[in-house]
Amino acid sequence: MTSEYILRIVDLHKNFGDREVLHGISFNVKKGDTIVFIGPSGTGKSTLLRCINQLTEPDKGHVYIDDDEVTGCGHRISEYRQRIGMVFQNFNLFDHLTAVQNVEIAPIKVRKMKPAEARKKAMEELRRVGMQDWADHYPSELSGGQAQRVSIARSLAMDPEVILFDEPTSALDPELTREVLEVMKDLAKSGMTMLVVTHEMGFARSVATEVVFMEGGQIVEQGPPAEIMKNPKHPRTREFIGKFAEH
Amino acid sequence: MDILTILVQWGPYLLGGIAVTVGLVASALAIGFVLGLPIALGQVYGSRILRSIAAVYVWFFRGLPILVLLFLFYFGIFPVLGLDFPAFVVGAVVLGLRGAAYQSQIFRGAIQSVSEGQMTAALSLGMTPWMAVKAVILPQALRISLPGWSNEYPEILTDSAVCYAIGVMELLTRTSQIVSQTYVTMPVYIACACIFILLNYAGMQVIYRVEEKFAIPGFGVKAG
Amino acid sequence: MDPTVFITQILMPALWQGLIITLELVILTAPFGLLLGIGIALGRQYGGRWLSAACAGYIVFFKGCPLLLLLFMIYFGLPTIGITLPAFTASVIGFILCNAAYNSEYIRGAIKSIKDGQMTAAQALGMTKAQAIETIILPQAMRRALPGLSNEFIYLIKYSSLAYMITVVEISGAGKLVATKYFMYNESFLAVGIVYLALVTLTTYGVDLLEKRFAIPGMVQTSGG
Repeated sequence: MTSEYILRIVDLHKNFGDREVLHGISFNVKKGDTIVFIGPSGTGKSTLLRCINQLTEPDKGHVYIDDDEVTGCGHRISEYRQRIGMVFQNFNLFDHLTAVQNVEIAPIKVRKMKPAEARKKAMEELRRVGMQDWADHYPSELSGGQAQRVSIARSLAMDPEVILFDEPTSALDPELTREVLEVMKDLAKSGMTMLVVTHEMGFARSVATEVVFMEGGQIVEQGPPAEIMKNPKHPRTREFIGKFAEH
Repeated sequence: MDILTILVQWGPYLLGGIAVTVGLVASALAIGFVLGLPIALGQVYGSRILRSIAAVYVWFFRGLPILVLLFLFYFGIFPVLGLDFPAFVVGAVVLGLRGAAYQSQIFRGAIQSVSEGQMTAALSLGMTPWMAVKAVILPQALRISLPGWSNEYPEILTDSAVCYAIGVMELLTRTSQIVSQTYVTMPVYIACACIFILLNYAGMQVIYRVEEKFAIPGFGVKAG
Repeated sequence: MDPTVFITQILMPALWQGLIITLELVILTAPFGLLLGIGIALGRQYGGRWLSAACAGYIVFFKGCPLLLLLFMIYFGLPTIGITLPAFTASVIGFILCNAAYNSEYIRGAIKSIKDGQMTAAQALGMTKAQAIETIILPQAMRRALPGLSNEFIYLIKYSSLAYMITVVEISGAGKLVATKYFMYNESFLAVGIVYLALVTLTTYGVDLLEKRFAIPGMVQTSGG
């Protein structure tokens, strides 16, 4: 029985020591949505993403993917992580493997795919992000933008239902940022459900189906990009958006 | 006889063994330092001949097992040179010569890692090379070397036990004596192992204190 | 006695017999010392409270206890509690236990030097911790640990000499027996020394080749320390 929402976040709380980083976050994601999280740095946006695939365990609250509960599932988390992809600010490519090996290793080891099949799929995903000619190169031989694109292909190879992007372009030079954002735009257009934490306002404006402004571990305001970015209701949102007026 | 009685009865005997062991280690570290530093300086600043001699020395004393070196010096070299020294001296000398080989490499790495610019600056201030080495390079290099000593010490400590082979009455030899006289085996051996482990720990604590005492704020292990 | 006769007809055959024993000791110890070392490193790094503490204790004991004492314990001590082992076996067991302790430190240092992000990414892809360790962490860690591990292998070659102290006639023992019988001390021990120098030098070259063979472009070869 499939739910209306592919991802449901219910009342997430997370403390680090005595710092409360997430103050009860709740929202729902429909299939095909692209949700962009904006807000000042250090306000829990990355923590929120990491709580969704349990890389960080929330103190309170629930996460449901397609109505299956992810929180508190113990060992079975590996299964859920196959359905939730993640792209990191620092790419985290496996240094000892070539690009194509990076993309095919999870399907082989986790999905138990046959190597030939996995290789085919890996090359498909690399083609999708425009990196097919770099298949046999090692991460150290790739530029930041190229590495990040391989990292996206690596997540795609597992056919996830949702992909989480944690500041995917923050570590990149401006010229390299564009190529990654283009890939992400294509991905959104093709119907992938995406949650993106970013400072790229242009991307939020043109690609997001919903923009969420977070501050102090809470959702301050959320809505369609046209609303939030042009006519924010909350004063804090207005203040934040104002800083990016030129974008 | 139980182990506690044995320890009480043979306590002083064992303590004597500990003293000999400590003496061996201290001599090895001292000789190693006194010889190792000049060898390192020779390898970094010396002529080609000097560097070759140093390299051969290091290769020889690092390549041979400690047991073979002890046999060679105790049965071969010392008698041939007409030196009639007790086994302890031979042991200390051999451990020291070998320690010098290892320590010279630690010093060499440290001296080389003190950046070129320091030497250049010193020379431009009018120091002679020798002055520069003494006043600028060495103080830094020696501090950088300290962590290397924390690897040297445990090795010299466990190597000192091999001096059993030439009859030095250090801790292991005396432990064997106790075993053969009391017929109590494993408990005595384990007690001996504990003593070595404690000596290891105690020595490392001393080295850490020395490191702390000489630390310079902001001066990392790897300079430059 | 004529030195040439001594060397060719007495010393060299004896040393040859001893060398075979030395090589046997080393070749039997090395793989097990490596495997056990990996196990201890993984246990120390990824194990729960008890496993990690047990591995830490193992390392403290087998690094702090002199190898010669360990050999005595196994060869002279164990029989008193009913376990009698032939000298050769006792030597190999002692070498393995000691070698593993040192190996595990190099391997653990290498594991710690791998960026956290590698494990994070592996888990995010749905790998279990075990899968991530097997396919991502260990392959990189072993490459980084190679200099340290090969160092330990060279130590193994040298410390195999201690087997003589529990009656195994490897090459040092063979040399000593010939030396004492014929009063040719310097010659015998220098010959033994030359063999060790050759072994060590050859191994060093071999390891260099190995490091080049397994190098990955751009990957740091040495562990952070």
